[in-house]
Formats: sequence, structure tokens, C-alpha cells
Amino acid sequence: MIGGGGVAQQARPNEARPNEAKPRGMAAGEAGLGEILRVFVTLGMLSFGGGLSGWIHREVVVKRRWMGDEAFLAGIALCQVLPGPNAVNLALYIGQQLRGLPGAAMAFLGILGPPFLFILGLALAYGWGAGMAGFGVVLGGLAVAGLANSLTVAARAGRRLRGVRAWGIVVLVCVAVGVLRWPMLPVVAVAIPLSLALSWHEHV
Amino acid sequence: MSMFERLLALILVFAPLSLVSLGGGTSIFAEMQRQAVEVHGWMTARTFNELFAISRAAPGPGSLISALVGWEAAGFLGATAAALSLYLPSSALLLAVGGWWRRRGDSPVRRRIERGLAPVAVGLILAGVLTLMRADGAGWLDYLLLLSCTAALLGGASPYLVMLAVALLYIGLLRGGWP
Repeated sequence: MIGGGGVAQQARPNEARPNEAKPRGMAAGEAGLGEILRVFVTLGMLSFGGGLSGWIHREVVVKRRWMGDEAFLAGIALCQVLPGPNAVNLALYIGQQLRGLPGAAMAFLGILGPPFLFILGLALAYGWGAGMAGFGVVLGGLAVAGLANSLTVAARAGRRLRGVRAWGIVVLVCVAVGVLRWPMLPVVAVAIPLSLALSWHEHV
Repeated sequence: MSMFERLLALILVFAPLSLVSLGGGTSIFAEMQRQAVEVHGWMTARTFNELFAISRAAPGPGSLISALVGWEAAGFLGATAAALSLYLPSSALLLAVGGWWRRRGDSPVRRRIERGLAPVAVGLILAGVLTLMRADGAGWLDYLLLLSCTAALLGGASPYLVMLAVALLYIGLLRGGWP
């Protein structure tokens, strides 16, 4: 599950300065269907207790440059607003933007297929009386590391945000949803038009 | 109850839940529990809690608990029916909106919308991290770990190495009698 260290090392030169340059000569069309499937199979098996958007960002935006930060973040907002699990939605969105319906199908199969079989296997093992107490604590730690991935995306995306108004929106949404625990939909229904209105006339 | 009736019941429970699962899977756990335990009697409340623990421990989205509920109710077919019913309706809606978005191409309007959405997305990511940390009952050690891992990742560390280090750290803590 933690395999693929070689791939991780290859990508490190890119990680130092993510997205500073636009991908040169790399069109979205170059993401092969098999490659999309492979990437999302890995991603599906890597996510513990949330934090998957961080892994997806790393594979799709930082390492492979299949899409830019802006398109990725728009996908995050879209996927949270629409019903459905965010990670599955994000996989569908990316697959579809890259290769249309077949791409979306590959991403869907990749992110859900292996975990689906894995969780049934785990249920079987649990039924046979496998102890889970210590296992749970370690997985809880891994979940925190996964969340650190998400925080990294927020930090990297945050560096690109300009101005007090954009940061005001960040704080507003984070406090309302994360601290005050207001329902997300009404908050987003106010925050999106507000954010669009505040930034619309700035130079693109 | 026949197998067919059980599968039909699973589909009728999970397909509507799909379209109200706003903000991720967690919003529908309460209703899923009520349906599986009280309405249909597929399992006891205790079993449901155990399934929840399993779904938290397994890789993949937490909403895969639907597969476990289906498994308890009707075996492998039940697991497949429940998972597909939960994922397909919301996926169809997302693809409809995403298809429209894709046809916009790289227009100035699209770039303006993307720029306006970015701060909302960043705020939502931060809120999500906070919510999940609280749901897991995180203590100061977990927050310290979260910040150290984030600093390491921002410094260019491989997430695989970070995960490995965290796993070893927690195994060490367990051996030392913590928590």
C-alpha cells in the first residue's frame, strides 16, 4: 500500500516548485485511460479517514500536470457543493475533464473498485475474530498524516491567493463551516456569489 | 424475504440517500443507521457501530460503509447493489454539471469563475481538516503531528515517507503503553 517509492522520488524535483510554469506541450489529452485508472487505483488505496484531495492534488496537478491549480480548486468547490462523496466526485470530475466519460469511468473504477473489495475482505477478517484495537490507533495516526496532505494543498493554493478579499472569504468559510459548524450549503450559497462579485473585475 | 426483495430494499434505501449526501458521506450516516437497524432490521445497532469502525480503518471513502451494510443484508450481491445505488445517482448529476463545465473550455468567464471559487475551496479544505480531526477525537499530540507532517510535506518530503514515519511512531507509542 505504501509502495511506489520510486515514483515518489522521481516527482521530487517538481514538488519543490509546483505549478510555477505552465505545462509545456502537455495537453490534457495526453492523459491515457490506462494511466488514469492506474493513478486512481493507487489513490483509492491510499486514503485513510479523509484527506484524499491532498493525494489527488499531488498526483494529478503536481506530478503529472494534467490540470492546473485553478481547475483543480474549481473541481473541489464543485464536488463539495454537489451531492456524493467528495473524493469520488473529484475523481469523476478529473477523469471527465481529462478524457470525457471514459476517463470518468476509469477514475470511478480505480478509486472505488479496490477499496470496495478490500473493505469486504476486512469485514470477513473481522468476522473471524481478528483483533482491531491496536490496528485502529495506528490507522488513526495515518489518517492524521493524510489530513496533513490536505492542509498542504490549502497552503500551496493559499500562496497563490491575492488580496484581503480572497483571504476574507477563506476565513469566512473556514470559521462558519469548520468552527461554528454551520451547514455547509447555505454558507457556500452565500460565499460563492460573494467571492465571484469581489474578484470579477480584477484583471484575469 | 427473498434475495430479490432484499436487493430491491437495499436499492430503495441507498439510491435516495445518494442525492442527499451533501458535503460528503458523513451527512447520511445517521439515516443509513436508522434504515439498516430500525426500519429493516438487517443488523443490531452494535453491529452497525462495528461496521463504522471497519469503514474508518479501511482505505477508500468512508461512504463504503454502504457496501458493508449491503454485505450484512444480502452478501456480495447486496454489497454491490448498495454501493452502486449510493454512488451512481450522485455521479450522474456530477457528470452532467462537469460536462457543461468542460464544454466552456478555457474562456475568460471560466477563468473568472475559477478564481472566485478558489478561496471558497481553500476555506472548505481547512474546515474539512478541522471537522475530521474533531470527529476522530484528536488530542494535542495529533494536532502537533498534523502540523509537523504538513511542514514536512511543504518542505518537499515524500508523503510515503511521512506516512511510514507516522506509522512507526504510533507503533512505538503503542508498545510504550500509550494511550
